[in-house]
Amino acid sequence: MIPEVGHFALILALSLAICQGVLPLLGAYRNDVAMMAVARPAAVGQFVFVAISFICLAWSFLDSDFSVLYVANHSQLALPAIYKISAVWGAHEGSMLLWILLLAAWTVAVSRYSSALPDTFSSRVIGVLGLLSCGFLLFTLLTSNPFERLIPAPPDGADLNPLLQDPGLAIHPPILYAGYVGFAVAFAFAIAAMLSGNLDRAWARWTRPWTTWAWLFLTVGIALGSWWAYYELGWGGWWFWDPVENASFMPWLAGTALIHSLAVTEKRGLFKSWTLLLAISAFSLSLLGTFLVRSGILISVHSFATDPERGMFILGFLGLTIGGALALFAWRAPSLDSSAGFRALSRETFLLLNNVLLVIATTLILIGTLAPLVVEVIDGGKISVGPPWFEIALAIPLLPLVLLIGVGMHTAWRSQAFKPLVAQLKLPAIVAIAAGIIVPTFVYGRFGLLLVIGTTAGFWILLVSLIQPMRSWRRKPGTPAITRGALGMSVAHFGVGMFAIGVSIVSAFNVEADVSLRPGEQVSVGGYEFELRGLRNVDGPNYQAVEGEIEIRKNGEFVAKLRPQKRTYIIQKNPMTEAGILVSWNRDLFVALGDPLGNDAWSVRLQYKPMIRFIWLGAFVMAFGGIIAASDRRYRLYANAKRPLIKTSEAPA
Amino acid sequence: MKPRQQRMLAVGLAAVGVLLATGLTLRAFQENMMFFVEISDVVQGKVPDERNFRVGGVVVDGSVTREPGELEVEFTLTDLENELVVTYDGILPDLFREGQGIIAHGRMGDGGKFIADEVLAKHDENYMPPEVAESLAKHTAAKEATIVADKKEQ
Amino acid sequence: MLRYLSPLLFLAVLIIVFAKGLGPERNLNELPSPFLDKQAPKFDLPGLINPDEQISSSVYAGEVAIVNFWATWCGGCRQEHGFLMELSRKNEIPIYGIDWRDRRVEALNWLSQLGDPYRVSGFDADATTGIDWGVYGAPETFLIGKDGRLLHKHLGPLDRNTWETDFAPLIAAENGAQQ
Repeated sequence: MIPEVGHFALILALSLAICQGVLPLLGAYRNDVAMMAVARPAAVGQFVFVAISFICLAWSFLDSDFSVLYVANHSQLALPAIYKISAVWGAHEGSMLLWILLLAAWTVAVSRYSSALPDTFSSRVIGVLGLLSCGFLLFTLLTSNPFERLIPAPPDGADLNPLLQDPGLAIHPPILYAGYVGFAVAFAFAIAAMLSGNLDRAWARWTRPWTTWAWLFLTVGIALGSWWAYYELGWGGWWFWDPVENASFMPWLAGTALIHSLAVTEKRGLFKSWTLLLAISAFSLSLLGTFLVRSGILISVHSFATDPERGMFILGFLGLTIGGALALFAWRAPSLDSSAGFRALSRETFLLLNNVLLVIATTLILIGTLAPLVVEVIDGGKISVGPPWFEIALAIPLLPLVLLIGVGMHTAWRSQAFKPLVAQLKLPAIVAIAAGIIVPTFVYGRFGLLLVIGTTAGFWILLVSLIQPMRSWRRKPGTPAITRGALGMSVAHFGVGMFAIGVSIVSAFNVEADVSLRPGEQVSVGGYEFELRGLRNVDGPNYQAVEGEIEIRKNGEFVAKLRPQKRTYIIQKNPMTEAGILVSWNRDLFVALGDPLGNDAWSVRLQYKPMIRFIWLGAFVMAFGGIIAASDRRYRLYANAKRPLIKTSEAPA
Repeated sequence: MKPRQQRMLAVGLAAVGVLLATGLTLRAFQENMMFFVEISDVVQGKVPDERNFRVGGVVVDGSVTREPGELEVEFTLTDLENELVVTYDGILPDLFREGQGIIAHGRMGDGGKFIADEVLAKHDENYMPPEVAESLAKHTAAKEATIVADKKEQ
Repeated sequence: MLRYLSPLLFLAVLIIVFAKGLGPERNLNELPSPFLDKQAPKFDLPGLINPDEQISSSVYAGEVAIVNFWATWCGGCRQEHGFLMELSRKNEIPIYGIDWRDRRVEALNWLSQLGDPYRVSGFDADATTGIDWGVYGAPETFLIGKDGRLLHKHLGPLDRNTWETDFAPLIAAENGAQQ
């Protein structure tokens, strides 16, 4: 009964989405108030029914209703309740439902906070979001129905993939998808602007907070995924340049460029084409990511079960959506005039460079990800592109970018005088270079050119990001404090610095060793001694495990005991490694059990990973900076306005 | 005309920078691109020179051997027509087992053995890497020849 | 103008590449068996339910038959099981099962809990029969003609749609030809 309710609710959601998609857009075109008024109620209605559908699926899991095929394939009676819930989005059909739910939620948020926008504009935005919802709902109902039945129902299910039975991974998809789907809002804003033929500074101001929120969800989502892979996959890696990972990184890069380009459009009315194209690209890359993951076209450790029929549907949807947007762009962009000028040394120049470098980085990743497919399609054989390529390809645009961020942040709009800029940045630059040389060489014991540049760049940003907040903190009473926008920028850039330092140090100084150990034997890695004290068997709720006890000492003094496990899950019978990790702000010690080697020996992986926490901490700080920036007063002012404000060229906030 | 010269210098520097970057990128691409070679081709010696490549096949039952207590392991991969012995000095992935389709990166060593740098198995119990599946499908045809020959003898 | 059209052109190229990437040559589910239209491989295995019994492919000589490779660890097998039961109830065509790379106890549990759609099942523990048949994933279903030729191979779970489209016409042709 419940699954049928869920299925029916989804169909109702589709019919509401059709109303939401078609009527407001038609209404905006014809200036028909009644049609446009359909937008908000339809959006709320669609959300309600999608939520009902989602709850029905969750209920089926909690109830262990194995007559639902999806539940039977991804759950079992002994699965802990929290994972029965996260199993809802653990595979293709359910995760599509999550995607649709989040899209509906964003749409409701837009309807709620858009009272200040002109009706034609908000109708168009909600309408476009409605059309997108239609596409995803159709896809789900036609090719990926989560409520399909399995008769006769098996007595127990096939269990959730043990890899997914983890709190980090439980929460990673919702946050990640919130980011992916959130870029649809910027996309819808862009389409609305192109349809109306109007793109001005007010438009940029409206779009910015939505984009920042989507961006920061994506940042946290990606960081969570990386952190999860690190401790759960058992091998100590934190990024693998896997196509699915790249599929999340590309929208992030485009989104970052978009946020910055929007700043220019808002402040100076420039870069309109760039901003439009970036807004289209960010969501297009999200769509592309969905396609790559669900169509089976690329091989990946993360991809869902493959089905070319689904792939064709998504490809069609992709072509229609992105093609339509780009066609609109080709039509409207040429008439978007930028009259204001700027000198060579100005914030506009730096942000232009920012756009260019980020787009280059995105393109290089796209090339690397798609190259195997292209080569195979033209019958050039089967190739794979290894991680070192991505690392080099990314370092080339991103290292200069990181250095430029520090300068651009302090450069005035329109024209900046050279001497004051140098005066401000001279000291941080010297300290950064010193730190960049001293830390690798003396703290970690090695000098390398790329390493030093990376570390210097990291310290550079850390230091210069402090300049504006410090100046505000020590300001004379009565002078204006730093705006939230500027504070958010400083905090986010500080996070970038943390990230850069983490990556540089851990890439250069991480030590990995696979060794054979018998109980009582020890080995030295990264300055620590690791001794295998013994092994024992343990039982978990739905698994059995061999647990090793590893004692860690430094210079003979006891540091900690770690208990890595090798688990075998009862139903799926897959072996799984649970690593033991000793965490500290400046280093991780990572231990994982391999296999029994005979003669009482086990293979053990031991790793020393300096500064690795800064990678994720840096990302979280970036996201926090985004929250601060998005909460700037000027956005709230306009969100809560009681009457619609007509677009004019507003005074800069 | 100083501003004009300055601008030309800037453009020139930028062009050099772009060329350098492009060159570096292309070279990195070439070096990090790995070909997939079918086992039957490896056995005939058709392997890329001087660079790592990928092989894939099914792990032959009973072929996984190691000295007790040692990390180094040897196993045989098959594409159902030919076999290749692989040696690997490291921890095998969780889902590595006999009968599983796996992929290895590395190069040919002396004695016709493949020395693997990396061994990959996806985290799904019945996943078969597509390259391996295709290679198996191709080489199963050899079986047909054997069957026909057997029938003729009978 | 080209400047503004170039993203659209880039998209068009990408879509073409993707469409080709999704094409049937790359679709593993449609990779043809090398035995297609030739004599199907044979098998000679201990029975699953009764290990002392020997089951061989001669049991369906002269009949149109289905040979289904399955395993308890395979989600798709669970998915198609209901349809196989339906087919066996209709009794139009005999279904022979080969339990592939599996454990006997679990396989027996599976059949007793979910039902046994097979006339008889062989137990291919070490997968050598699978290798003979070119099986590299489960489930795989083979349609054998009256003269022992392989008429069709399907990789992945069987469902009504696939049956009606791929199997039924071939079966009808086989039965029709003899009359």
